[in-house]
Amino acid sequence: MKDMTDNGETDAGPLIPRQRHMHPVPYDPEYKTSVPRSPKWPLLSMESTPSEETGPRFGHSLLGPLDNNLILNFSKDGSPAIGERILMHGRVLDENARPVPHTLVEIWQANAGGRYRHVKDNYLAPLDPNFGGCGRTITDAEGRYQFLTIRPGAYPWPNRANDWRPMHIHISVFGHSFGQRLITQMYFEGDPLIDRCPIAATIKERSQLDRLVAPLDMARARPLDFLAYKFDIVLRGRRQTMFENRLEGM
Amino acid sequence: MVQSLDTMIETPSQTAGPYVHIGCIPSFAGLPGVYPEDLGLSPIAPGAKGQVITITGAVIDGTGWALRDAMMESWQPDAAGRFAGQDGADPAVSGFCRFAADKDSGLFTLTTVKPGPVPHRSGGVQAPHISLWIVARGINIGLSTRIYFEDEDNSADPLLSRIEQRPRVDTLIAKKTAEGQYRFDIRLQGDNETVFLDI
Ligand SMILES: [Fe+2]
Repeated sequence: MKDMTDNGETDAGPLIPRQRHMHPVPYDPEYKTSVPRSPKWPLLSMESTPSEETGPRFGHSLLGPLDNNLILNFSKDGSPAIGERILMHGRVLDENARPVPHTLVEIWQANAGGRYRHVKDNYLAPLDPNFGGCGRTITDAEGRYQFLTIRPGAYPWPNRANDWRPMHIHISVFGHSFGQRLITQMYFEGDPLIDRCPIAATIKERSQLDRLVAPLDMARARPLDFLAYKFDIVLRGRRQTMFENRLEGM
Repeated sequence: MVQSLDTMIETPSQTAGPYVHIGCIPSFAGLPGVYPEDLGLSPIAPGAKGQVITITGAVIDGTGWALRDAMMESWQPDAAGRFAGQDGADPAVSGFCRFAADKDSGLFTLTTVKPGPVPHRSGGVQAPHISLWIVARGINIGLSTRIYFEDEDNSADPLLSRIEQRPRVDTLIAKKTAEGQYRFDIRLQGDNETVFLDI
C-alpha cells in the first residue's frame, strides 16, 4: 500500500520498530500510579500494517486564529493571561530526519501558579480567569510549529510525601501514521525539580531525558515581549524501501 | 570509532497525566469555549455505509478498579476496509475517535461503523478490527491494542495468529451483547491482562 505524503514523496514501508529502552519504563515504584497500571506481560511485537501506517489527518481549516496563543485564547475581554510570556517553538521530524509537515500538535499546561483548569484540580493556587491552558496548531511545510504562552508554575502532587512536578508543558503529536502517536512533556532548562521528579525519572536513559529539556533560545526571544524555548520532536519513521519493490530475496 | 548514523531516535514518551482532557477533550475537563468543539467526537458522519455498532467497556487496573481518567483514541477503516484518504474511501467515515472513561462509572462508549477487513503486506487479509490507543496517569507510554469482533471470522488474522498463548486471544475480541452492541474491557494487568502491541 502506498501513502503519499504532503511532500509528494511516497512514504516508505513499515514503521521502524520502537526502541523501548529509549522510552520510560512502564513500571516504576517511585511513580506509584504506574504500579497497578503497567502491563506485566511482554508486548506482542509485529511489523506494522496499514492499520498503523495510516492515520487521521487534520487540515489547517480546523484552527481558529488564537488556537496557538494561550495568552489570549481563553480571555473574555482581551486581557492577557498572567505569567512570564514565552514562545515555545520547534520542529516535528521523523527518525529519518525528515520534517513532518501538516500534522496536529496539541499542548496543555498549568497556569503561572501551577494550577490546571480542570474539574479534578483543587490545588491552593488560584485560577487565572484569562487562562484556559490548552492550545493547538498544525506544522507548516517544514514541520515547524510555535505557541505563545506563559511559563507554567511547578506544582505539588500526591505521590511520595513531598513530590513536585517541574515546570512542564504536555504535548500531543499525531504524525501521519496512527503508530507514530506520541504524548510527552517539555521541561525547561535549568529547573532543579527535573532531577527530583519521579515522572521524569521513569526515563532511565539520561540522554533521552535531556531531549525533553528545552533550551532558552534568545535568538527567538522578542525584546520587551517574550522569552523563547526551543523544543524539537522526533516521531517514529518508516523504513526506506529502496530494495523492497523487488521480490523477496532479490 | 565508526561513522555516525543519520537516523534520529524517537522522542521519549511521558505520561499524559490526569489532566490530559484539558488538551485533548477540553469540554470533558470543564473547559469549553476555546475550540468550537472537541476533536474526534465521532468517527462517522450521517450516511456512513455499513452497520452502526456501539462498543462499551472499561479500562481496568491490576486491582480490578476501572480507571476514571483514561483517554482513548480509535482508528479504523470504513465498512469496505478503506482508510480515510485512500481511493474510494467512504467520505462519511473519518475513522478517528477520541473518548474518555466516564468520571463516575469508568465506562467508555464508542459508536462507529463496523470496519471491513484490511489487506496485509504479506498478501493475507486482516480480520475486521479497530486500533485503540490508551493513555492515562500512570501509563508512561501509550498502550496500543486492537478490538476484534466475536461474530467475525478471525481464524486467519495474522496478528491474532501470532499470540502463542491461545487463551490470551480472547482479550482482543469484543463480545456481542445484543444486535449492534459489543462489550470490550481493557485489563492493564492481572488475570486476563489484555494483549498490548509493539507494532
Ligand atoms: Fe502536568
